[in-house]
Amino acid sequence: MIERLRSLVQSGREPAAGTPRGGAPRAEATPAAAQTPPARRPLGWQIATVTDISRETSNVSSFTFALPVFQPHLAGQHYDLRLTAEDGYQAQRSYSIASEPMRTGEVVLTVERIPDGEVSTYLHDVVVPGDLVELRGPIGGYFVWEAALGGPLLLIAGGSGVVPLMSMLRQRAGAGSHVPTALVYSSRTREDVIAFEELEMLAQNDPSLWVLHTLTRSQPTAWTGYARRIDREMLAEALGFLGTGPQVFICGPTLLVESAAEALVGLGLAPGQVKTERFGPTGA
Amino acid sequence: MRGSTDQFDDRARETMLDGNAAAGVLSDIFGADMTAETAQCTHCGNVAAMGTTHAWMEGPGIVLRCSICAEVVIRVVETPEARYIDARGAAYLRLPPR
Repeated sequence: MIERLRSLVQSGREPAAGTPRGGAPRAEATPAAAQTPPARRPLGWQIATVTDISRETSNVSSFTFALPVFQPHLAGQHYDLRLTAEDGYQAQRSYSIASEPMRTGEVVLTVERIPDGEVSTYLHDVVVPGDLVELRGPIGGYFVWEAALGGPLLLIAGGSGVVPLMSMLRQRAGAGSHVPTALVYSSRTREDVIAFEELEMLAQNDPSLWVLHTLTRSQPTAWTGYARRIDREMLAEALGFLGTGPQVFICGPTLLVESAAEALVGLGLAPGQVKTERFGPTGA
Repeated sequence: MRGSTDQFDDRARETMLDGNAAAGVLSDIFGADMTAETAQCTHCGNVAAMGTTHAWMEGPGIVLRCSICAEVVIRVVETPEARYIDARGAAYLRLPPR
């Protein structure tokens, strides 16, 4: 599939060939769309330029895209990314926004490379800065947080499920918010932790933020964090730090999402306080 | 989040996402973000945000199922010629005002 999709980027590298094959519309540019209030403007595809690629872990990278039409997002929202091959075949996936909305004109999508995935492998193995891809967004009004929504905040992540929660933490820091916040973050190994140093720094500078790591597969020597799957006891500890009535955001694989949500309800939280987003390792 | 996925086999659980993953497709159809909008499940009467549905995105089309009773709420199939929307499983869909 990589071979089929390669053509889009190659045509994109030629300055005059900005529009992908297959009749993809160059959206957002019509006067009618410009007159519609932003909240109601239909989301269209736009052609974004990859301006930076930075490696987070051995199989996760962050891609920065310059957007012709930037619309401020809410932390937790995502973009759809679409690739088109010469023969018109299209592949589309949804990726969470990692960057904070204050960063105007560009958006960072952090993407895990899935061995059999046709889009993530292409992004990781083929795309270089200067390439063009189609993006649609920001999308999503359910799994979102902004500083005005306050806290306390309990954020629970498994693997690259931390990405939308990082956007929330970055927005929280950027907005100068000090609502009590705990991040409970499960990774396989220390090397798989995304944004470890940034999280350390955020927590060091902010006593109202507590970052709790658990490493489920292997731990470095002298590891002082948890070494098991997220469980009721761990969540109870985080809740103890936060006090009553937290808003909860859980993002990760289905099993983690369901076990964490069930544990929280068992600890007395109302289901309405708990928002979940599942991401699938398959097909990404 | 109240729903259980016990009724699905391992393959179905593995490929299951939620309505948030279908947000782009739904906004394309309805002209508005639908993930925080509610729908009522025809089968069990549950009223919930579309973002909470269980979603399968990898088939020839998209299938959104109720997180409570697991019945199909909405199916969307896109072909080069047309888009098909089967919303029999939704007693109603709530849309934001104009």
